[in-house]
Amino acid sequence: MKILVCMSVVPDTTTQIRFKPDMNSMETTGIQWIINPWDELALTRALEIREQPDSVVTQVSVVHIGLKDADPVIQKALAVGADSAYRVNVAAAGAMEVACQLSEVVKKEHFDLVITGHDSADYNGSAVGEMLAELLDWTSFSSISSFSAARDSITIEREMDSRTETIIAHPPCVLTIQKGIAKDPRIPSLRGIMGARSKPLLQLEPIPCTGTSAYVKFENPAPRSKCRMIDPANPEELVELLRNEANVL
Amino acid sequence: MSVLIYANHDAGKFSKSVLELASYAFALANQTGGQVTALVTGNPAGSELDKLGKYGVAKILLTPEPGGRAFDNRAYAAFMASAAQASGASCVLFSDGSISRAVAPRVAVRLQAGYVAGVIGLPDSIEPFKIRRSVFTGKAYGFVEITSPVKVMILARNSWQIAENPVTCTVENFVPEIAVPAAGFEVVKVEEQTGAIRLQDAEVVVSGGRGLKSGDNWKILEELAGSLGAAMACSRPVADEGWRPHQEHVGQTGKVIAPNLYFACGISGAIQHIGGISSSRVIVAINKDPEAPIFQFARYGIVGDLFQVLPVLTQAIKKLKSE
Ligand SMILES: Cc1cc2nc3c(=O)[nH]c(=O)nc-3n(C[C@H](O)[C@H](O)[C@H](O)COP(=O)(O)OP(=O)(O)OC[C@H]3O[C@@H](n4cnc5c(N)ncnc54)[C@H](O)[C@@H]3O)c2cc1C
Repeated sequence: MKILVCMSVVPDTTTQIRFKPDMNSMETTGIQWIINPWDELALTRALEIREQPDSVVTQVSVVHIGLKDADPVIQKALAVGADSAYRVNVAAAGAMEVACQLSEVVKKEHFDLVITGHDSADYNGSAVGEMLAELLDWTSFSSISSFSAARDSITIEREMDSRTETIIAHPPCVLTIQKGIAKDPRIPSLRGIMGARSKPLLQLEPIPCTGTSAYVKFENPAPRSKCRMIDPANPEELVELLRNEANVL
Repeated sequence: MSVLIYANHDAGKFSKSVLELASYAFALANQTGGQVTALVTGNPAGSELDKLGKYGVAKILLTPEPGGRAFDNRAYAAFMASAAQASGASCVLFSDGSISRAVAPRVAVRLQAGYVAGVIGLPDSIEPFKIRRSVFTGKAYGFVEITSPVKVMILARNSWQIAENPVTCTVENFVPEIAVPAAGFEVVKVEEQTGAIRLQDAEVVVSGGRGLKSGDNWKILEELAGSLGAAMACSRPVADEGWRPHQEHVGQTGKVIAPNLYFACGISGAIQHIGGISSSRVIVAINKDPEAPIFQFARYGIVGDLFQVLPVLTQAIKKLKSE
């Protein structure tokens, strides 16, 4: 079984988001870029499964749709254990274009299972996995919190709004994972970092894909009003404010 | 423009978020001179269907459960896309939830439509179509321009006020003539979440962090939640430690919620936590550290030891509720 983990590269989660003066794009100077946390968990789980004795997983690769400046972040995925990486050299404007580029990589390289993160920590689209599945005409499962693989089937847990389902499915399919699938992401070792340099990071040229949506402007949220402090000895005051000032009780 | 909504229901009952969606769809259709159609799967009672008419739905397409008993997003997407074509909709709307997230992007591909999730209001302009959504886990807003004739959108929770707009509503059986691929998977076990109030739907949420010190101390929080009829939530380390089930973890890597009232007890207010709760209407923080960042996001704050403050607060709320 060959697994492909889709990876988006996002600003570090503690980043203060700022925009260029024209508010048309993000100010990227000084930003620390990281692997989207959900994609990192997906990769961690895929590697755990591959490393089990007699694992049916023969290859775990990562793919990123984006420009060369993402390579150092992709290197990190290789350093924690991915076998190879692909980068499709295009700045995609939306989820649809990303999914379109991904579908080409999946078809060409014959992957059996594609895993994406539930949400990407930047534009919070969480749509790429399902779009990709529709383009490939594959089955897909989202909100996955647990995943294991056997000879020609996988067992997953899917968290719907009011129930958890255990499902047995058969590749090819696309999984969109959420938290719970793995606990802590891996930290690259020095040996891993050295080894990553000799692993393939293939740059692919994009296929023509037309997008249907794009971000044209950004806005900062209105500043919050100051917190009103209440005497800890008098919680009745809080109750009274919640009822009569905020109207939420 | 004509609008199609997916009106999902839980064992025959439409949730608040579906009524928000219908109200929003009515406002959008009204602004542009169109009407609202709803796709409803399964077999809810007529009195439930009447509710949709009350909130502005002019036509209901009633369809058998797509793809049989287990939820199959592929079949749902095929049905929804063909309902969009049958009703001539140029806008296809979903309320936020696990079904929508699994179906809406597929519908967008089928209809070659532009896709936006996290919509929080009406479009800023129709020609060209521009709409605002929250991005970077609530740290900013982005304006998305969609160039395709059809748009697929997910409305964020708690972002549109329910409003009655009674219209005459007709119900039509809808059986699309499409080939739905076999499911190709098997649901071998189902665990229903019962009893407790569902976190995503809750009006009031009581949340605990590492400040509670141990999983054994949750009783005081449960009592506060009980007095308010609130759902329970927690910060990520609490779920990681196994003090609470991970379904309760809110934040950037957990659930994103938007209740009317959120109590953060013993939670420092890390930016990743705020990402999941910043759309709450009112945040109350209880923390012993006056410098804790949570106070920058809260509307009301109490600096103090939660083990002392919470029981007194619970009593005060019980007293108010019994009046
Ligand atoms: C990639 C990434 C993703 C993350 N995603 C999430 C996420 O989704 N959700 C999330 O919550 N976190 C997330 N985190 C973790 C986040 O950075 C914080 O570590 C976490 O939110 C802190 O949890 P806490 O507030 O419960 O604990 P702490 O930060 O330890 O805060 C405990 C608070 O309790 C107060 N306290 C202690 N004792 C008492 C008392 N007796 N009475 C009153 N107050 C008391 C303290 O003053 C302190 O402010 C993420 C981190 C990373 C790196």
